[in-house]
Amino acid sequence: MTLVVTVNGVRHERAVEPRLLLSDFLRHELGLTGTHVGCEHGVCGACTVLLNGEAVRSCLMFAVQANGHEVETVEGLGDGSSDALHPLQAAFREAHGLQCGFCTPGVLMTLVPFLREHPNPDEREIREALSGNLCRCTGYQNIVAAVRLACGAPPSPRA
Amino acid sequence: MAPPPHRARSGIGERVRRNEDARLLTGRALFVDDVRLDGLLHVAFLRSQHAHARLTSVDASAARTRPGVVAVYTAGDLGDYWRPGPLLVPPPPIAGLVFNACTQVPLAKDKLRHVGEPIAMVVAESRYLAEDALDDILVEADPLPAVVDLEAALAPGAPRVHDQLPSNLAAHAVQRKGDWARARARAHAVIKRRFRYDRGASAAIENRAVAAQWDPRAEELTVWDTTQAPIPIRNGLAQLLGLLESQVRVVAPFVGGGFGPKIMMFYPEEVLVPWAAVRLGRPVKWTEDRQENFFATTQERGQIHDAELAVAKDGKILGVKDVFLHDTGAYDPYGLTVPINSQCTLLGPYDIPSYESEFTAVFTNKTIVTPVRGAGRQHGVFVIERLLDFAAKELGIDRAEIRRKNLLRPDQFPFNNEILFQDSAPLTYDSGDYEPALDEALKAIDYTGFVREEQPRLKASGRHVGIGVVCYVEGTGIGPYEGARVTVEPSGRVRLATGVGTQGQGHFTVFAQIVAEVLGVDVTDVHVITGDTREFHWGTGTFASRGAVVAGSACHAAAVAVREKVLELASRELGAAPADLVLDGGRVHLRSDSGRGVALGALALKANPLRGAVRPGSEPGLEATAYFGPDRGSTANGVHAMVVEVDPETAQVEIKRYVVVHDCGRVINPMIVEGQIQGGVAHGIGNAFYEQLVYDEEGQLLNASFMDYLLPTATDVPNVETTHRETRSPLNPVGTKGVGEAGAIPTGALFAQAVEDALAGSGLEICEMPLSPNRLFELMSASSPGVKP
Repeated sequence: MTLVVTVNGVRHERAVEPRLLLSDFLRHELGLTGTHVGCEHGVCGACTVLLNGEAVRSCLMFAVQANGHEVETVEGLGDGSSDALHPLQAAFREAHGLQCGFCTPGVLMTLVPFLREHPNPDEREIREALSGNLCRCTGYQNIVAAVRLACGAPPSPRA
Repeated sequence: MAPPPHRARSGIGERVRRNEDARLLTGRALFVDDVRLDGLLHVAFLRSQHAHARLTSVDASAARTRPGVVAVYTAGDLGDYWRPGPLLVPPPPIAGLVFNACTQVPLAKDKLRHVGEPIAMVVAESRYLAEDALDDILVEADPLPAVVDLEAALAPGAPRVHDQLPSNLAAHAVQRKGDWARARARAHAVIKRRFRYDRGASAAIENRAVAAQWDPRAEELTVWDTTQAPIPIRNGLAQLLGLLESQVRVVAPFVGGGFGPKIMMFYPEEVLVPWAAVRLGRPVKWTEDRQENFFATTQERGQIHDAELAVAKDGKILGVKDVFLHDTGAYDPYGLTVPINSQCTLLGPYDIPSYESEFTAVFTNKTIVTPVRGAGRQHGVFVIERLLDFAAKELGIDRAEIRRKNLLRPDQFPFNNEILFQDSAPLTYDSGDYEPALDEALKAIDYTGFVREEQPRLKASGRHVGIGVVCYVEGTGIGPYEGARVTVEPSGRVRLATGVGTQGQGHFTVFAQIVAEVLGVDVTDVHVITGDTREFHWGTGTFASRGAVVAGSACHAAAVAVREKVLELASRELGAAPADLVLDGGRVHLRSDSGRGVALGALALKANPLRGAVRPGSEPGLEATAYFGPDRGSTANGVHAMVVEVDPETAQVEIKRYVVVHDCGRVINPMIVEGQIQGGVAHGIGNAFYEQLVYDEEGQLLNASFMDYLLPTATDVPNVETTHRETRSPLNPVGTKGVGEAGAIPTGALFAQAVEDALAGSGLEICEMPLSPNRLFELMSASSPGVKP
């Protein structure tokens, strides 16, 4: 099938098998390997990307389902250079919100639309927003701290 | 003219943001599955669906003819390459030790020993096609009764996992100190219980992956591997494939979490993918999927302990006896590291004059057991801490006080426990200051206030709140050695290469901080390379909380050697004695006149001249390689405390507060240490209340997905309040101790104590891990007089 999709503002037209997952298309056809795959059954959230601005799990979608739509991946967040991070990325670096970094792209892509809709979330809301993303390294504490930092909120009490 | 004032260079002890983060945050960091190669082939494995079966035939002929399939290999196709994997860790020289080595095989030949054991390997033009072809392979196997339960495994007439052995006994070892029989006879009370610990998954979010490329012109093999130990993998692959070590390059790029099972396992996939790449002359890649990870990546934690504690009336420990069974799974390539850690860590921070510990390791038809974050230490801590809790209750002593009474005193270090540790060295604690750590934790969580006022008040209003406090030690930073090479480049930037792999610990930053401190450069100007055998090829790997201790000390030694070269050259350039020179801001200058100096980069150029003569015997460049190997590990310690509330109707446990006082010697980067502790605690909470690998009596794993196996999420894990203490280790120049596993080690014991305290008066005793809301509800219902919802 022919797939026409815009990814990070760039239009791509490719012939793909209908069964090709969106995650595999992004990673292996387009070489956008910042989107990671951790479980391929929609639980870990590492593969989260934006489809028309909404967070979706790219391992639960076929690439052809993105036909005619806009996809954004972690590569599209900043401007691609290390010194121009998206404010959320910068907050993650400042607050040590990542360790191995494997789940991080999915966490970031989950948070971008969340923060658009909740510019001043409290800790409970942040934790609920993160509850669909598994992280084995950080214990989530510094991810929450990074989100608070990005929103200009004070650090959590007792943390 | 004086140089402009220089900003802080962020050396040891500073809260420095990480050098590696920009790459990880932007998606540019390379993980193994990201490797793209021309003509890349993809692999899928056909795996056993039986826990135990006689394999009678494997017919891959149909698979071989499927379009897109390049090759299919079964055990018979491997020829001489088929051989059992290496024994990675030979057991320590314990007197009377029995050890039966049975290591994993690349593809099952005549017997299937656990679900997920690979039977055939398909290589195809895409992963999709390779998986299609798995359905074409016909396997005939006669199921055998599975060995699952540890006690039944040792019963006479039990089915045997390995036919060549007389039983399922993998190992038997006894270690003793003092006189247990006498201690027991003298005791005011003997506390005796049975404790069970069950398996969990390491569950790194990145599954394993291996990619390999053979370059026939250069005659070089490059392997990208999600390993914690690229150098041993390189050396082993060279030997297996008949290549020089220099012909094999193993790269462990960014690795998405290790937690133990990504150690130098020589997993079947790890030895087969490079072999296929050489044989086919095309690059080959395999990436594990999550379901394979549940079956084929090593696991940990199945043990059953029968333990006794002999105590005096005042709560002083007279001795401990522990007899335990350890589940090693279908093979035992990692030797006895896990049960020996259990055996040793039981002694904890306490002065235990007599100890008798006997374990039997047992083969079962389950996934192989090797260290997972904590590596057996959890079990030892659980047993001693629970015994102390029960003793305190029986003797009417406060839980914190019985611990205080038995802590080792600062004047007892170095303290020899008179048994052997996993590294074959005597279990000697190098240093520690335990009582202040306990006091600090009690104060931080307001233990007295909670027990005397808050808890009675809340209980009176019908709420089930409890507090717990546990102590632990962690043997860290064992040998044999690591190395590092430090090079000052003409740009003034510093290159640091070391051999250990990195899985998120912040090596790109903490190693840089050590070098930055010694050379007086910015931490951002130290470019760290880890896990690439072309860059550095001596060393062992990242495990046993040893990266910062052992590799960090090697980085320090190499930086000190470079600093000497810098000073010698600069003293000639500036006409001043080395003692009168200072390294700061990427320059060397006179102590008395910071305006008279020379940049490190300029010195690096001078040290590598293109013309003229050099001094006889001089080495080019500002570069040095150094190694560090400690006699034995350094012992970290800590105290965890928490407050919980239990809902008796749902058996849900809410963690209200979690306090950690941790002493890992000199802290290189407090931010990173706190991150390690927070992650470890989350892992420990998972092991205590959410995560359990459930095997049925046929050896089938019933919850092999993230839908059914529950990792803690952001709503399950509390904020951890961490305090650092620094009792420096005398065993290394930095004075540091390891921290990677610490957070996960005492959590189960703490969870049990706090939940039990919340339900005090119910007669509930928690002697098993992990719990779950269901299991806790069962225990509550069974306890007498029971917990009334």
